[in-house]
Amino acid sequence: MLRREWIYGWLLLLPALVFLFAFTHLPAIATIWHSFHSTPRGRRPARFIGLDNYEKLIGDPVFWKVLGNNAWFALGTIPTSIGIALLMALWVNDRLAGRAAVRMAYFAPTVLPLIAVANIWLFFYTPGFGLFDQITAALFGWPQSNLLGDHTTALGAIIVVTIWKEAGFFMIFYLAALQSIPVSLVEAARVEGAGRWTIFRRIIFPLLMPTTLFVSVNAVINSFRLVDHIFLLTGGGPDNASSLLLFYIYEIAFKYWETGYGATLTVVLLALLSALAIGQFFLFDRRIHYK
Amino acid sequence: MFKTIFMKAVATTALTVGTWASAQAVDLQFYFPVAVGGGAADVIQSLTDEYVAANPGVKIDAVYAGSYQDTITKVITSARGGTPPQLSVALSADMFTLIDEDLVIPFDDFIKTDEDKAWLEGFYPAFMENSQTGGKTYGIPFQRSTPVMYWNKEAFREAGLDPDVAPATWEELVEFGKKLTKKDANGNVTQWGVRIPTSGFPYWLFQGLTTQNDVILANSDGNKTNFDDPKVVEAAQYLVDLSKVHGVMEPGIVEWGTTPKAFFERQAAIMWTTTGNLTNVRNNAPFDFGVAMLPANKRRGAPTGGGNFYLFKGSSEEQLAAAVDFVKWISAPEQAAKWTIATGYVAPRPDAWETEAMKAYAADFPAVTVARDQLEFAVAELATYQNQRVTTLLNDALAAAITGQKDAASALKEAQAQAEEILKEYR
Repeated sequence: MLRREWIYGWLLLLPALVFLFAFTHLPAIATIWHSFHSTPRGRRPARFIGLDNYEKLIGDPVFWKVLGNNAWFALGTIPTSIGIALLMALWVNDRLAGRAAVRMAYFAPTVLPLIAVANIWLFFYTPGFGLFDQITAALFGWPQSNLLGDHTTALGAIIVVTIWKEAGFFMIFYLAALQSIPVSLVEAARVEGAGRWTIFRRIIFPLLMPTTLFVSVNAVINSFRLVDHIFLLTGGGPDNASSLLLFYIYEIAFKYWETGYGATLTVVLLALLSALAIGQFFLFDRRIHYK
Repeated sequence: MFKTIFMKAVATTALTVGTWASAQAVDLQFYFPVAVGGGAADVIQSLTDEYVAANPGVKIDAVYAGSYQDTITKVITSARGGTPPQLSVALSADMFTLIDEDLVIPFDDFIKTDEDKAWLEGFYPAFMENSQTGGKTYGIPFQRSTPVMYWNKEAFREAGLDPDVAPATWEELVEFGKKLTKKDANGNVTQWGVRIPTSGFPYWLFQGLTTQNDVILANSDGNKTNFDDPKVVEAAQYLVDLSKVHGVMEPGIVEWGTTPKAFFERQAAIMWTTTGNLTNVRNNAPFDFGVAMLPANKRRGAPTGGGNFYLFKGSSEEQLAAAVDFVKWISAPEQAAKWTIATGYVAPRPDAWETEAMKAYAADFPAVTVARDQLEFAVAELATYQNQRVTTLLNDALAAAITGQKDAASALKEAQAQAEEILKEYR
């Protein structure tokens, strides 16, 4: 009896397992395998070169630059976009007039294709006649700026676009979570005489923690995954100032066709993401679920 | 009953054999990129349709493959997957990459008659520089261009300059640029004198400057670069100095894509961009404009750019013969003239300019001949083995110099060292 259920169980899991192996685990293993090989070219097949690609990686200044950029990008986007998402969710959860319209406005960036978003921002940032320059020139008489073309501001300009895009998406999760918090808890607290801030700090925020974990895992993955807008806004430039790891992998693997080295970089990305995800789940998961 | 079924079966078989026979007609798959706005894709499609209508034995599946970058990616990916196209237009500068990937066949094998030879020799030599290596012809010029200089005649008049005379030398470019740069009461620039875009692929317009400084960036075998040559450094310094010293160009990286718009908005009085923007500027500039060759320093000069036809391995003899025939047809004067008038690309053969259509067009709009006349001074676009990688090294070095991260000499020296590392295995 137990055995038959066991078979049923595995049979039910089988389709998902097949897909998981075929499209997630096999490519990951193949990538690790390729990272120990040279890049095959038309006239020269791939050959085993051991750790050469990893040595190259350690000596590759662009890789370190890009990794540093990615760290700044993650630091710049994750806390801010989550914070803004929470604020926006609290705001549109209240009974304010026209809140459906406000919710839609906040969510709009998320449903726009990233390429369209990047195109819009490209013209916001355009020196001289772009929106920002027009506003700053009219209000403060500032000279024209070149936010995307300067190595000190290019990454920051991209971070702003990303936050604008991400915050609305995370707001939806917070909004759903807020609406599942029983009203009785807040009412009970009010009866006890708790103020708004105390209610938020002692009741709402703790109850939102599972959502915060979920959102933060997503935000971390996104901070390594979002590259589309870089293609349009800066192309990783100037001099790799706004290039991120995945964008660099694309360039190495599909622009330069150095697939061997591309695989090596991908292994690094895999390792980073696994470490971050495992860290988040094991460190925080147990502390934030209240039963 | 049995009989009717039998007859039906016979009929069906006959029909199947019939369609099978017509399927024996040569099928070609043809990838092409589009790098300028407007209806270039439609023009290629209609030219292809025209050819197929005249040649019932050939079917051509013309596939729009995105930008040049997307096209080369698509070509290499499909070749690795075992289904390469028979014919593709790809960046002329990617010739060495395609050879290195062992994907392309030279056209020479299909040049048999004297007529064929005359056809091959009929292209502008400047375009063939990027099409031939090791005595073989791998690419046939198709959507080719050169950068030219556009200037706003009204702005020239306001600055007290002759509106019909463009700067002809580097010194004049700076001198005119200073007169054309306008500032408002706060001291902020409202109109820059010159705009040379440097985003994305700065090496291309930069190659205009190096050619004018009488130096080439890479040898014709595609396995040696000259990035740290003192003349190259001098050209880079000139580009940097346009903003840093002379203050006639916007500082930082200047966006390629918004350059025509900046020109229309009078943010820049002179711009350098491809001749492929000619129709765009003609339709959208709200003022009188002029088109000139790029200015000279030690000599006149500009790179060529754009795409060539390539033939791919893995095709049958019949397919290759049909593909070559199609390329001959589409590069013939009448078709080339149609293509040039619709897009602004330079017709790749002198005889195309002799057609009635082209003559009438050039008489009505003389600016179209500037890019053609500049071909006399033009050189091959920078092309090496592992081309994308090597040109990126130069692009990064230029970006570092322009943004002041590094000085021009050391940035180019580093780029040269890295390029050397990549290219030494091809010698």
